[in-house]
Amino acid sequence: MKQFAYLGVLAVCLLGTGLLEVFLRASVYRRWLRLILTLVPVVLIFTLWDIYAISRQHWTFDSQYVTGVIALANVPIEEVCFFIAIPICSILTLEAVRSMRSWVVGDESDAAFGTQSNALGSQSASASEGDAQ
Amino acid sequence: MTYTQLALVGVALAVINDTFLLRTRLLTRRIFWVSYSIIIFFQLISNGILTGLRIVRYNGEVIVGSSTPVDGPPPMFGDGRIFFAPVEDLFFGFALVLLSLSMWVWLGRRGVQREPASGPPRFFNDKIKK
Repeated sequence: MKQFAYLGVLAVCLLGTGLLEVFLRASVYRRWLRLILTLVPVVLIFTLWDIYAISRQHWTFDSQYVTGVIALANVPIEEVCFFIAIPICSILTLEAVRSMRSWVVGDESDAAFGTQSNALGSQSASASEGDAQ
Repeated sequence: MTYTQLALVGVALAVINDTFLLRTRLLTRRIFWVSYSIIIFFQLISNGILTGLRIVRYNGEVIVGSSTPVDGPPPMFGDGRIFFAPVEDLFFGFALVLLSLSMWVWLGRRGVQREPASGPPRFFNDKIKK
């Protein structure tokens, strides 16, 4: 079981923040397409960083605590899972805070940021603007 | 490049991305800093486990502090460590979190799945916004 230690830490992070989806209705997993599109560049960039860092031995992994499965090149599967799990936890936190407070995030409307409007532009727009507490 | 240098470059690029490229300007928003303070608390715990148990070990040649010892845990504080993790990890984490949140917000601003919006909370109904 020790070889699942690293994955276990990530699993606890995802289970913990998963409560935010359920109880605060963070609606992050429900917006799965937006989530996936967010993760693609993040995972790509940080995996490249990881490939470099591992190749230069910036960090190494205790083989007792990882599964030994390599995702690609020299990068353990745990690392790729990290680059997926931590962004998800972060976005869930942001959306959970938004669920509790009406603070401006920056994606409420197009008009408020001087960009062109689109199909979804007007629906959720004005209601949540400007009433930050 | 050392991890120290890369971590600082990572933060700089994430800041440039948020401020000038995607122009999500999360760094200017209260919700970002409140969220980040929650995130960093749990990050210190989870990363403290990964680094304190030496699941991940660091090379002293590329960080401010010394290498992760072979015969015991690294210092909890001091020698370039904060809660067992090298201080560089905080910068790495900041870049990861800021890039992720910028991407998420940018996609929302572009109209990608702005709905279903978050909230209202299931139980804390006294704090429902609006």
